[in-house]
Amino acid sequence: MATVTINGKDVEIGSNERLNCIQAAAKVGVEIPAYCWHPALSVVASCRMCLVEVGDKKPDGTVAMQPKLVPGCQTPVKDGTVIIADSQKVKDARKATLEYLLLNHPLDCPTCDQAGECYLQDYSFNYGRGYSRLNEPKNIKPDKDYIGDQITLFTDRCIMCTRCVRFTREVSGSAELQVVSRGSHEEIDIFPGHPVNNPLAGNVVDLCPVGALCSKDFLYQQRVWWLKSTNSVCQGCSTGCSVTVDQNEDKVYRLKPRVNEMAQGHFMCDEGRFGWKYTHSEERLNVPKIVSNGHSTSQSWEDVLGSVRSSLQKAAAGKQKIAAVLSPWMTVEEAWLLATWIRSLSPQAVLAVGPVRVSGTDEHFPRDLRGNVIEPVKFTIRAEKCPNRAGVQAVAAHFMSDLMPFEELLRLASSGQFSAVYLTGGDPQGWISEMQAEALSDVETVIVQDFLPSPVLQHATHILPSGTFVEREGIVVNHRGLAQLIRRAVRGPDGSRPDSRILWELSGRKGLFQSESLRAEIAAAVPALAGLTHPDLKSTGVLLESAQQVTI
Amino acid sequence: MATFEPALFARINKPDSASLKTYQADGGYSRLKEFLSMAPGDVTNIVKDSGLRGRGGAGFPTGLKWTFLPKDYPGPIYLAVNADESEPGTFNNRYLMELDPHQLIEGIILACHAIRSQKAYLYLRYEYGTSYRVLDAAIRECRAAGILGTNILGTGVSCDIILHRGAGAYICGEETGLIESLEGKRAWPRIKPPFPAIEGLFRKPTIVNNVETLCCVTQILYRGTAWFKSMGVPADPNNPRDPGSYGPKLYCVSGHVNQPCCVELPLGVTARQLIEEHAGGVWKGRRAKAVVPGGISMGFLSASELDTPLDFAGPGKVGCLGLGTAAVVVVDDQTSMVDVLYNCCRFMSHESCGQCTPCREGTAWMTKILERIRTGQGRTEDLDLLMEVAGSMGIIPGTTICGLSDGAAWPVKNAISKFRSEFEDYIRSRKASVTSAQQLMAVH
Repeated sequence: MATVTINGKDVEIGSNERLNCIQAAAKVGVEIPAYCWHPALSVVASCRMCLVEVGDKKPDGTVAMQPKLVPGCQTPVKDGTVIIADSQKVKDARKATLEYLLLNHPLDCPTCDQAGECYLQDYSFNYGRGYSRLNEPKNIKPDKDYIGDQITLFTDRCIMCTRCVRFTREVSGSAELQVVSRGSHEEIDIFPGHPVNNPLAGNVVDLCPVGALCSKDFLYQQRVWWLKSTNSVCQGCSTGCSVTVDQNEDKVYRLKPRVNEMAQGHFMCDEGRFGWKYTHSEERLNVPKIVSNGHSTSQSWEDVLGSVRSSLQKAAAGKQKIAAVLSPWMTVEEAWLLATWIRSLSPQAVLAVGPVRVSGTDEHFPRDLRGNVIEPVKFTIRAEKCPNRAGVQAVAAHFMSDLMPFEELLRLASSGQFSAVYLTGGDPQGWISEMQAEALSDVETVIVQDFLPSPVLQHATHILPSGTFVEREGIVVNHRGLAQLIRRAVRGPDGSRPDSRILWELSGRKGLFQSESLRAEIAAAVPALAGLTHPDLKSTGVLLESAQQVTI
Repeated sequence: MATFEPALFARINKPDSASLKTYQADGGYSRLKEFLSMAPGDVTNIVKDSGLRGRGGAGFPTGLKWTFLPKDYPGPIYLAVNADESEPGTFNNRYLMELDPHQLIEGIILACHAIRSQKAYLYLRYEYGTSYRVLDAAIRECRAAGILGTNILGTGVSCDIILHRGAGAYICGEETGLIESLEGKRAWPRIKPPFPAIEGLFRKPTIVNNVETLCCVTQILYRGTAWFKSMGVPADPNNPRDPGSYGPKLYCVSGHVNQPCCVELPLGVTARQLIEEHAGGVWKGRRAKAVVPGGISMGFLSASELDTPLDFAGPGKVGCLGLGTAAVVVVDDQTSMVDVLYNCCRFMSHESCGQCTPCREGTAWMTKILERIRTGQGRTEDLDLLMEVAGSMGIIPGTTICGLSDGAAWPVKNAISKFRSEFEDYIRSRKASVTSAQQLMAVH
């Protein structure tokens, strides 16, 4: 153990921890401001915002301070390190650095997207001078509207922290961004003809500590202080990036990565970042329906759910089997509700896991321009394009030792083995083809729970409009068995209901859907999912293999 | 002084001084075989004992620098020769490279032997076209004669020189900026530690030495440490951190003098001696108002400080940053210090690499303030602002990655504190040495 003193407060640093002054100070709640330093990028120590006084405590108790201010980001702490981050010398240095950064920075906060979450604003307020002594004209640099399909650059707002440049060199590997010119005329720019269109490009907007790099998708859509953030998990692939969903008045405006070393680290891919648009699609199903003899009738939820319940009960009592398809887009809770209910109707009911969409192979980053992966891998976009195959399989495996493949279920359905099939969708890019749907044409009762139209609807007897991930709450388990919580951020369109609510009511449970008590029930019943009651679930998530059940 | 005989410049006036034949006729390379059969550590010790300090500006003891390399490192180790001579007023390396390249090449071979390096990169500033051609020819001559390449003169020691032309930036003369530039990157100085001796060029241990330093290495080995130590200013016994200033030094005298020159003299000569005895006095019968002791980033000597000895410690005693490159630039009494300082600031803001905030923005801001003063729009409080900006940009030890920020701030502080009344008079008179762009726009 090493003891480090920050502003007179001692903090213990673990022997395996390699921290710099900024990280050590954060442990005792002392903020050392920094622009260029980012935990996932290399250290350049160029913004000079994190200058602090550093010294060593000698064995005899005296402290020898270094004569000059040193950058906290570049200075590792060790046993006996003394950091002073609140002396007049440090404050003066910060004030000077901020004045320099603001010299050529336009005062366009009222029209800047970053306003409200801008480090220039925050640090100026906390450490700055409050006015500029520049009497001369500012440098004006041309804005670059197109440096990528999704990214625009307000060159004059840039403070040259070079985080974006380092990101494209160190994480995506594509190295599109560079610094051109010299001195105070420096600008960020792309290599001509090579815009920032790599699959991780959107991250440079998050990395930008000021409003220089902006997302075209989000530009001028909202003031950030209107947005409410909800922690969630990206549904784009089985990496399961931790994200926040930023919404206002039930409309999602953006997804941002949430730092989680257990899941993906600091970043997310553009496929996930901009992949939530289906949530507000015009095509969304929003009317529960019963279809009989080719006539589709819209009915109240109570009537439709009643009809679903009675049809399934009738089918279960018959000679033929009933079946349910658990979509890999469901949460663990939803899969559990459906599986337990179907099995309570008919203990022989068949359970299958829905189609798992796989696209290409896993894409690892950084990759050089020839596409070769450079070790160590810092980010992976997985080929498995669904969020919860592992979780749903764990639930299904609890009920059936041999998991039935989806294709096999369709084959049995077309040969007339089932009297009723309960299908859950959830894949916004479609999960069933017209030909596959044909297999269900002769099944007496086909219940479809989904939020977008699909070919299977023409064979459905009951249509239950469900919710997208921003409208639901529950657990998804990623490729390495990390269970994370997605939370409800917005209300779905009128007429739709979150899947959990539909299934809660169908299974005849009392009151409102309660995810927490349901998780306790699942954890107790399924050893593989015992970790679902772990308190870390609400923050970083829980690795299921290693986690034990915790009684709350 | 009259007895002083130039060593570094011994051959520069001979006909065909750059050729191998002339150099060899003068005894050059004659003992190379002998030196290369010595143990590398012994060569380092000779250089260490001589008290040679780097001639590039910082004055760091050369032998000591060589000992910072990791012990028993299997290699490769590189020598980077800093020939990016770009401090304004400095042109001593150019003389050495154009007129006596073999002295430098022999120094490179000896230094490489001392640090167990087999490859030296000579980083030459782009503007030195003649130096490039002369060095290129000299290196070819040496390769043909077996003086460069594998198994030099049958000693089993190998060494080759790669001549690299820079693309023209002041910052490439900073040792880590030079290394980055050699690697083909933007010359942004690296954060230290690790220092280049531990992790330098291509992430391998690297020693960066100036051209004149390496020429001194040749002379020290041929003439001995006693000869080298017989010149200069001994260490101050009251200052244990002063290693002393020994040996000859090339002083470049330029500016408002009758005969600008590059002259070899023992360290410790005064600015007045240089101007009066070697540069033919201040031009047009005027008097010197200020003298830059060693490149503009060192600050200014005022007229009353001209008798300061120009050794490594001398200029520091009168408020200058140090000896720097010993580029003495004379400013006559008809020149405005505002214009001089503006010129310094403009150079520094043009050459700031732009990596660190204080230097990138501070140099440009100081230039803008001085620009405004020069158009007659100055205010006396601008001087305090300039002093404050210069203060926050860095005082050795500085607040930025490399020393450019300190070097940019120092002349400002120095000029304003030494010539404050002149600056104030200039501002109060509201005279303008230039017309501002805005005023020109209004006229047209």
